Amino acid sequence: MSSPALEVQAAREPAGPPATHDPPPHPRSSRAPGRGGAWRRWLSPLAVVVIWQIASATGLLPERLLAAPTTVAATTLDLVADGTLPNAIAVSLQRVAAGFVLGGLSGVLLALVAGLSRAGENAVDPLMQMLRALPFFGLIPLFILWFGIGETPKITLVALAVSFPLYLNTFAGIRGVDGKLAELARTLKLSRAALVRHIVLPGALPQTLVGLRQSLGVAWLALIVAEQVNADAGLGYMINDAREFLRTDVIVVGLLVYSALGLLTDAVVRLLERRALSWRRGFLSE
Amino acid sequence: MAARLSQRVAGIRGLTRRFGERVILHSLDLDIHGGEFIALLGRSGSGKSTLLRALAGLDRDVEGDLDVTGTVAVAFQEPRLVPWKRVDANIALGLAVPDAGERAHRALAEVGLTERAGAWPLTLSGGEAQRASLARALVREPELLLLDEPFSALDALTRITVHQLVLQLWARHRPAVLLVTHDVDEALVLADRVLVLDEGRIAHEAAITAARPRHRDHPELVSLRTRLLTALGVAPEGRLITERQGTPEEQQ
Repeated sequence: MSSPALEVQAAREPAGPPATHDPPPHPRSSRAPGRGGAWRRWLSPLAVVVIWQIASATGLLPERLLAAPTTVAATTLDLVADGTLPNAIAVSLQRVAAGFVLGGLSGVLLALVAGLSRAGENAVDPLMQMLRALPFFGLIPLFILWFGIGETPKITLVALAVSFPLYLNTFAGIRGVDGKLAELARTLKLSRAALVRHIVLPGALPQTLVGLRQSLGVAWLALIVAEQVNADAGLGYMINDAREFLRTDVIVVGLLVYSALGLLTDAVVRLLERRALSWRRGFLSE
Repeated sequence: MAARLSQRVAGIRGLTRRFGERVILHSLDLDIHGGEFIALLGRSGSGKSTLLRALAGLDRDVEGDLDVTGTVAVAFQEPRLVPWKRVDANIALGLAVPDAGERAHRALAEVGLTERAGAWPLTLSGGEAQRASLARALVREPELLLLDEPFSALDALTRITVHQLVLQLWARHRPAVLLVTHDVDEALVLADRVLVLDEGRIAHEAAITAARPRHRDHPELVSLRTRLLTALGVAPEGRLITERQGTPEEQQ
């Protein structure tokens, strides 16, 4: 886990075959890959909806177990019209955003502390590994005792869930930065701060973005759990409330909104990735 | 030529480097003077890269005196361009002057890469990347330029053009150059002085006076080539010399 890539082991004959750089087959292919194919990603979900509707219409899928897509659509309109859904979404989004910012910042900061020095690693990494092993949904009772049943326990749970993927990936990203570039930085007389800014952080970025995607996924997951345990507003509350009245249509609306929000946040990260990592000669770019 | 061999830019006295039991450099002495072009030849494991790394300040575990005055710049075997910085930003990296960008573009123009200034390093060909690496070294206006087998990964044709480029740049900027290589012909074409390193000692030293551009069939180079190959343990026709005692003319 902690290969000292940054602490360059000096002075050996350069091992391995010499690095060759063949001219790229498509010199301009690293520019924005075609975005015309994006709609294709929607084909398979659409097919599922069609099959589902047919199953409901033929009575294969009873309303008691799962409402038909048309019913779900009508319910969605109702919920939007009476303000229930926009309100629930707003509440949930706020919780996720707050938890995400809090957890993301602490995860990345801790990764920097652990990644940039041996002492930092010794101080931070064992604690993080131990905390990571906790089933954090099992912390909910404690969180309720500590923080009551307001917003704090929900946001804290999201923050906790978010921080680990970002911590682990950023830490691995920092340690994975090519030691030869650190050596280069020394010959260029870069200061420690410049080394971090120009070499370490951008070098860790691809891995951090992987962590970002994971943590956004887990953020929504943590929120669902938190909102179903104790809440009087938000998507999880709406779903839980609907269960009491066997309103499968409302439950499906809530779930769909969750997944749509999940897809949306993922799309944001993809966009970020494409911008931030445009230097990579992407293997998917043509 | 003697006129420009003015002051010393690097002085090495009794330089020793051990890795555990193994001694890679044996109490080595070497002076490098301003503007001279030295080729350091040696077989794999002879310690030539270790010596270069010591001069570059990348190895702090050496014993002995290492006195390097002035700016040192390094071009490595792999170009080591920072992949997430465009070519011009790579050249300007760590350049603490107000007109860093302007200087970077001038350096790129010198190596013929003006039109690739905004490219990502991973889209460069091997020759382009190596030229960018040279530009990054030269833009620091070094008194000592260390080249660690920078041509070994290039194809034969590209290598010839990059050799000429290095000679041009050297003639214009006059840094002292220490070129580490295992290619005897490369050393003969480029250097004023050739050193052969063997088991951590300078086993052979020769000056080359032939005017540049040099042709491989120049009599001075032909005879020196034989001597250098012998010093490296290879007979001119390619046969391995098992008894590596050295030829009489080697002891000068």
